[in-house]
Amino acid sequence: MNAKSLYQEVILDHNRKPRNYGTLDDASHQAVGHNPLCGDRLDITLNLNDEHIDKIAFHGESCAICKASASMMTAAVKGKTYAYAETMIKEFRDMATGKLNLDNPHHLGRLTVFSGIQDLPTRVKCAILPWHTLHAALNSVAGASTEAEHDPANASTV
Amino acid sequence: MKIIDTKFESQTVTNNMESTRLDFPILKLKVNNKPLVYLDSAASSQMPQVVIDRLSYYHTAQHANINRGVHYLSETATAAYNAARCKLQQFVNAKEDREIIFTSGTTDAINLVMHGYGRKFIKAGDEIILSTLEHHSNIVPWQMLAEETGAKIRVIPINDAGELLIDEYEKLFNKRTKFVSLIHVSNSLGSINPIKSVIAFAHTHGVPVLIDGAQAAPHMSIDVQDLDCDFYAFSAHKLCGPTGVGVLYGKEELLESMQPFKGGGDMIATVSFEKTTYNTIPHKFEAGTPPIAAAIGFGTAIDYLSTLGLDEIHAYETDLLNYATEQIKQIPGVHIIGTAADKTAILSFVIDGIHPHDIGTLLNQDGIAIRTGHHCTQPVMQRFQIPATSRASFAFYNNKTEVDALVAGIHAVKQVFS
Repeated sequence: MNAKSLYQEVILDHNRKPRNYGTLDDASHQAVGHNPLCGDRLDITLNLNDEHIDKIAFHGESCAICKASASMMTAAVKGKTYAYAETMIKEFRDMATGKLNLDNPHHLGRLTVFSGIQDLPTRVKCAILPWHTLHAALNSVAGASTEAEHDPANASTV
Repeated sequence: MKIIDTKFESQTVTNNMESTRLDFPILKLKVNNKPLVYLDSAASSQMPQVVIDRLSYYHTAQHANINRGVHYLSETATAAYNAARCKLQQFVNAKEDREIIFTSGTTDAINLVMHGYGRKFIKAGDEIILSTLEHHSNIVPWQMLAEETGAKIRVIPINDAGELLIDEYEKLFNKRTKFVSLIHVSNSLGSINPIKSVIAFAHTHGVPVLIDGAQAAPHMSIDVQDLDCDFYAFSAHKLCGPTGVGVLYGKEELLESMQPFKGGGDMIATVSFEKTTYNTIPHKFEAGTPPIAAAIGFGTAIDYLSTLGLDEIHAYETDLLNYATEQIKQIPGVHIIGTAADKTAILSFVIDGIHPHDIGTLLNQDGIAIRTGHHCTQPVMQRFQIPATSRASFAFYNNKTEVDALVAGIHAVKQVFS
């Protein structure tokens, strides 16, 4: 994997113009994700309506890989069901850690651009943090904040 | 003590700084099809061939456990280990070789003083002075002590250049001040602290001082008697030696007064279930089998550096730092963090709109190794209100061509993000 090509493919677009960037004032679910290793922080707010993610937004301080991953993730899960989003979360985590066979059917679409991240082991957590935070948000009590401080790469529960 | 380094003669090394890189086999590596440009010596320096050979020779022909064996190999290994201690004694100009304690590194050395001195002599309400510049390894042990005893931590602030505010330091003293623990050279900014005057001032109040010399010992000559420090700690792996070993220098009378840190073999005189009596220094603080091979390799690294000359190393690296600083501060959007008047060859910087981790990953594509993050100095990051920096750190085996590669690399990173 050439890091430059990953950057050129996703960063150029999503780092400069992140999708769904901001905070929802009327969020039903939210979570804050931290990467204690680098101090990155990501806030996710979303509205779950009849099992569907109606609206989703993120903001925070992070590196370009994390920001692009968050931007593409919010675009990908918007309008999808809770269950669909959870499937994507699992598939993305597996892909980033080299455990997903991309030849088999999956739901990641353009997000497979991040498959090369498995060759940059120190950056895997950067790509996974938004997904971990989304998982925490989806499983949070409406309106409550969930600190997701444990290792995003290994986390499976809130 | 007579120094015997049995049957191993160090190869002669060059003392032309530019060609020292030929002594370091790892510097011939290619990374991502580019020549390795290793600018992370502040994290860990590389080992010259003589040190690698010394480790190999030890394992090939000298290895056994030390101190108690009566057989040939044990005597040989013991002599080589003791010789390494004497080399370290001379390196920092300690009065006695028993003032040199082998530890696992600087962190271990600081913890030794916290347990051995701090837990015995520092009580509730006492104050310990640290500085904003400290590495976490010189903060956390003292916080643990403060939590345990009810002692208090006081912090010397720094200015915008990353220099200690000495007036503020002096104001921190009162009758409850019991200890000062201070970094000699900041690992994240490169600032060289004026430790001699800092130590002298503490001594006017009868307060002992520990100096964390991890980033200083590789880059300038250290004379613990001239500095009059009470403790001085540093690690082999930042001094062209192996990982797993470091040194605590302590004044004899202080070391004698301290309680042991770790209990075990070698640190005792007699043991019964009723009572144990402790060995003399340095053995009192070296429980268990020490990192024998690493200590011996450390001795060879010290020989190597001494041959080059620490003053010569300092002058060469300062020239390299000045060259790099001039180049990098001219790049638009790049800001150097840490602009102390007196610095070692550490260059921390941030680039507008680009996260340090992205900079590090992209430079690695060009074979350039730098460090990114908070460098285990979160209080420094908070002082400058940044989450992290990119840090290029130079050693005597680096050259201006590598500085040029870094500058070109930074331009390329900016290009990706433009």
